[in-house]
Amino acid sequence: MTNRHLLAGILGTAALVASAVHAAGGAPAPAPTNDDCLACHDDATLKREDGRPVSVAGKAFADSVHGPMACVDCHADLAHAEFPHPEKFAPVDCAACHGDAVAAYGKSVHADARKAGKLLAATCTDCHGVHDIRPSSDHESKTYPLNLPGTCGRCHGDPKIIKEADIKIGDIVTKYHDSIHGKVLEKSGLLVSAKCTNCHGNHEIRRKTDPLSRVFRANVPGTCGTCHGGILTLYASGIHGSRLAAGDPKVPVCSDCHTAHEITRTDLDRWKLDVLAECGTCHVQSLRTYRDTFHGQVTSLGFTRVASCSDCHGAHDILPKADPRSTVSDGRRAETCRKCHAGANASFAKYDPHADKRDRVRNPPLFWATRFMQLLLGGVFVFFGLHTSLWFQRLLVKDKPQPPAKAASKKEAE
Amino acid sequence: MRHIQRFDAYHRVTHLVLMGSFLGLAATGLPLLFHDAGWAATIANLLGGLRVAGILHRLFAIVLILAFGAHVARLLRRLFVENDYGILWGPESMVPQPRDLKEMVAHFAWFFRRGPQPRFDHFTYWEKFDYWAVFWGMFIIGGSGLMLWFPAFFARIVPGWVFNIALMIHGEEALLAVAFIFTIHFFNGHLRPDKFPMDTVVFTGSLTEEEFKHERPEAYERLVREGRLDDLVVGPPPQRVLRAGRAVGTVAILLGLGIFSLILYAVMSHA
Repeated sequence: MTNRHLLAGILGTAALVASAVHAAGGAPAPAPTNDDCLACHDDATLKREDGRPVSVAGKAFADSVHGPMACVDCHADLAHAEFPHPEKFAPVDCAACHGDAVAAYGKSVHADARKAGKLLAATCTDCHGVHDIRPSSDHESKTYPLNLPGTCGRCHGDPKIIKEADIKIGDIVTKYHDSIHGKVLEKSGLLVSAKCTNCHGNHEIRRKTDPLSRVFRANVPGTCGTCHGGILTLYASGIHGSRLAAGDPKVPVCSDCHTAHEITRTDLDRWKLDVLAECGTCHVQSLRTYRDTFHGQVTSLGFTRVASCSDCHGAHDILPKADPRSTVSDGRRAETCRKCHAGANASFAKYDPHADKRDRVRNPPLFWATRFMQLLLGGVFVFFGLHTSLWFQRLLVKDKPQPPAKAASKKEAE
Repeated sequence: MRHIQRFDAYHRVTHLVLMGSFLGLAATGLPLLFHDAGWAATIANLLGGLRVAGILHRLFAIVLILAFGAHVARLLRRLFVENDYGILWGPESMVPQPRDLKEMVAHFAWFFRRGPQPRFDHFTYWEKFDYWAVFWGMFIIGGSGLMLWFPAFFARIVPGWVFNIALMIHGEEALLAVAFIFTIHFFNGHLRPDKFPMDTVVFTGSLTEEEFKHERPEAYERLVREGRLDDLVVGPPPQRVLRAGRAVGTVAILLGLGIFSLILYAVMSHA
């Protein structure tokens, strides 16, 4: 027997004696120590009568952020319970220590759902664990950046839970996984990449329809801007950003062009082609006239070696043509053309990349030239269509065989 | 059976070069014009992508421009070196003349069984139309195409909005040319019931005396009168030339009709 075991034996005996004294109506018994609790609970097979496990891995708890604390610090009502303690006792109140976090959680969509009786919604332990909670800087922590998508994904990537909880956006983990943020986080291991919590917050996750939400439309640029500060500055200086600041809800925010969970690299062909349609959701006319030009025809076929919207207009800091700082203003347009067309001069820039052959006011020469070509084509095909059809029927329907005498006299007559 | 020479080697080679480059230009250009149609991207990808298609389009254009230049040079030579003014006026000239109008009216009358078949000479009015259509097309499509190829250069001469017109015209005129050749010219020259499936004269250069006499009685009688017919008598075309001509002609007609069907499909599904 080692000294340590000896000590444990003595203490154990003392505790038993003490509790016996307490049972006999003496002074209040001291609270059980962690070892007391673990003596029973550090058993992976320990279950309640109804089969729910009540085991606590002693090692995991000792390694957790709460390791130095006593079991009864959280399970407070057990400090004075009689042993063997009853099955039911008060739930652990994290707010006793983590008041701010729990208060913030109280405003979240998760808390709302729970209040409405939907107990599937996440509470503290769903994200942080129970006895094995570690600080988020710990690689083993459920809230460590690299583990976070998996933690949220336990519900938001589980088709069963998504269906049961009626989560409208569906499986978000797969989408995130394939996005540039997901790849940077999961493949490149960059902790600074955007994870769920960077955009949605952690405890105070609100619906995107909630004006206080970090992902509420008008708040999106600010949220993305916490990392993409340089882009936020550009966006704020452009027409879309300034209109948003002025309260126009129709202007695009980051996620309109880049999406929320499927953000890709902007140098990929797919993205370059997809974003055209995105601009075209508002700028319908401009997309239509663009499609009539060589640039638009080429991109329509899935090739990208030509100008698309952002090549001329810029991306985040788009300004209207009337603004002299705009890349498509009269003063700067030739310079913009020269990005691709070496030697483009002011005359070159008089080309209209959104010409409308049906618009007599905007493009009169083009309008009339188109009219001329339509007449030419119409004239040629009407005339020769008729000519060919008549010729065809004449050759197809053979002359009726005529009696030789009559044929001869006819020939004479000719 | 005696055969009469109608086209010399120059004519036949020029027709072949026009055929090849025209089909090539159509195949490499139409995907852009009909980018909305489902087949457009498929063809563009079959050609190796639009970059390759663009390079091929320009190569075919160079070939066609060279053939056109050679033709103009030949005309100038005939005019100023050989003093052959027959190309300017008369029965063997391509220049439209009053008789063309008369023959056209008479042809329509014949269509309606209101008169005899006109007695055509060396070139008919629809052949002259085809010829001048190519001339016009060369300037219109060729000119606009060069502008679009070298916009920075042409911008020093014309204002930029001309490129808007150039692009529109390039497409519309291309549509006119392609649809015309693949329907009207094919019918007039090859597919009509009395020629079906094709007239091989443009490949072999000659046709039988019988056919010549029937098709162009004015030309035949004139040649007999002038005592020139015997100079034009040649032997029957070698079998391999005839076979090769038929093969090339068949492929070209099928390709042309195929391209025309795609255009028709695109126009119909768009409307």
